[in-house]
Amino acid sequence: MLNASRMWLFWLVLSLAGLGYFLFIILNEGPQREQLLIGEASHGHFQIELACESCHTEAFGGQEMLQEACVSCHGDELKAAHDSHPRKKFTDPRNADLLEIIDARYCVSCHLEHQAEQTRAMGVTLPDDYCFHCHEDVGNERPSHKDLAFDSCASAGCHNYHDNRALYEDFLAEHAGEPWLKDVAALAVPETNLAQRMERVLAQHRVAPKADFSEQRGQHPEISGVWHSTSHGGAGLECAACHSGEQGKWLAKPEIEQCETCHAQESRGFLAGKHGMRLAQGLSAMSPGQSALAFDHGASHSSMSCNSCHQAHTFDTGFAATEACLGCHADDHSLAFKASPHGQLSAHGPDESGSQAEVTCATCHLPRVEDETNGGFRVEHNQNANLRPNEKMIRPVCMQCHSLEFSIDALADPALIRNNFSHAPEHHIPSVDWAKARESGN
Amino acid sequence: MKKTLIAALVGSTVLMTGCNEPEQVGIAPEKYTDSLFAVMKADRTNYTKLVVKRLGPAGAGAVKPDEHWQDIPNGTLLPAQMFRAGAEAVAEMTDDFTYSLQSIWPINKQNAPKTPMEKQGLEYIAANPGENFYGKEKLGGTTYFTAVYPDVAVSDACTTCHNDHKDSPKTDFKLGEVMGGVVIRVPLDS
Repeated sequence: MLNASRMWLFWLVLSLAGLGYFLFIILNEGPQREQLLIGEASHGHFQIELACESCHTEAFGGQEMLQEACVSCHGDELKAAHDSHPRKKFTDPRNADLLEIIDARYCVSCHLEHQAEQTRAMGVTLPDDYCFHCHEDVGNERPSHKDLAFDSCASAGCHNYHDNRALYEDFLAEHAGEPWLKDVAALAVPETNLAQRMERVLAQHRVAPKADFSEQRGQHPEISGVWHSTSHGGAGLECAACHSGEQGKWLAKPEIEQCETCHAQESRGFLAGKHGMRLAQGLSAMSPGQSALAFDHGASHSSMSCNSCHQAHTFDTGFAATEACLGCHADDHSLAFKASPHGQLSAHGPDESGSQAEVTCATCHLPRVEDETNGGFRVEHNQNANLRPNEKMIRPVCMQCHSLEFSIDALADPALIRNNFSHAPEHHIPSVDWAKARESGN
Repeated sequence: MKKTLIAALVGSTVLMTGCNEPEQVGIAPEKYTDSLFAVMKADRTNYTKLVVKRLGPAGAGAVKPDEHWQDIPNGTLLPAQMFRAGAEAVAEMTDDFTYSLQSIWPINKQNAPKTPMEKQGLEYIAANPGENFYGKEKLGGTTYFTAVYPDVAVSDACTTCHNDHKDSPKTDFKLGEVMGGVVIRVPLDS
């Protein structure tokens, strides 16, 4: 009897200790949370896998709670992409039999997290032929599709599940037959009247005159000397504009909180992308050493902030557009850039009219897009906004200079992407031909 | 098929009498769906005539009704897309009822009938102009009151677009003809 009581007591103490230990881990952020992971997170989320609350916003929320978490980060992007398969298309009971196979009302039906061994491109955890379940009879409607494998729908440069803005049939037919390289590769300037924009931004955000910080200014004559030649200096900003911390005290190292005072849109983009997503979740800044991608060894321990690319005090956007990227990224695509046709453009210098044809890393990955809030253009600082699936890049970037057909062919060729488009695409994707043929009734 | 009267099927509104016979209170399912359809039909007709016809290419030319309306300046939804946008917006607000626009001659094959009752209903309203179809069906473990109403070509914009579209399986629609049907479902199990 005594032994049994001791055993029960021992069991109780052990259970409470175990419970307390895991409660401690759950309630305290830190690397010890790795013990809670049920599997490695996908490429899209591994940076924030220890910020459990990012997705598991409630302890017992279930599928709807997870769905809300997905939508809170990706909803706007899907809306902007005119999502071809939104949840609202599947809620009608007439789809009940289809939902029994794939419940397309929920993101996690296709993008199940912590399942590294079955995670495929785009974080999809279904077999690649998932289109079959609803579009089994596509061969009857489209003779051109009759013998195509269902695992090639989304992998051959023809369709995306969510974003088909550059791939829908009428768009393909409309842009058929265009020259592969357009006559004038004109890129939008960030703002037609930069001075006006500065004026507007400053009027919105400039607060009462701040401290002079003349003491600190005196300690850095080398900065003061070049400051007025920079864009910030030219706009009349002084040290206090960025170096003011709490209660107006000197802040030695301004961070994104100071930058976003004036650069709200750019900061939002940065925090939404791979460079800033850890900061957005309250974690330490991303460091190249934490990623599985290929990076320069010397950059492994650097951490991502606005100043990582925009060097404090000089804020040279030219540097930020290429050299900053190549300072860290050392994969085949990045290393091949300077010798590629795109990279060589800037080496030719200005033409007779003084115009400089130039393609930088940012031209494609941090492109200039319409500024819907303030008018004009802004730089999209979410590097992931048009990266994957790469057909998202066709309209805002590739088609600024190239034909639709050429763009589709180029982006569907992994080897060509690796060597940074160093030669013409070797394989042709016939989607534009098929669309044109159907339009003309053939 | 004759109109089917659905008696005492709304569980939440049923009271038992002393004779153990259910007495239906509240609105009858077909009256409920008839009323919903009246609103849908009125809005759909008004959008087609008062917006698309009046402001589109056949009128002031101020808007461009187009399948890819989001992709063109001044683009606006085709009447069928407007109807579906309403159905999707309703689905985000309530699951007390759902509705969809379908046809046995759809331009988009995803809008062809899927369930046996949808097929039966759409064929019935096409063969019996002016009549509606009512029935019950079980989908995903839930029983639904399903009503199918004729969707009639109210403007030559409807017939021209469908007759000329490369994906349309029927190219001789005439004004006033049934082109498809509106399917309204009300769950009965709750």
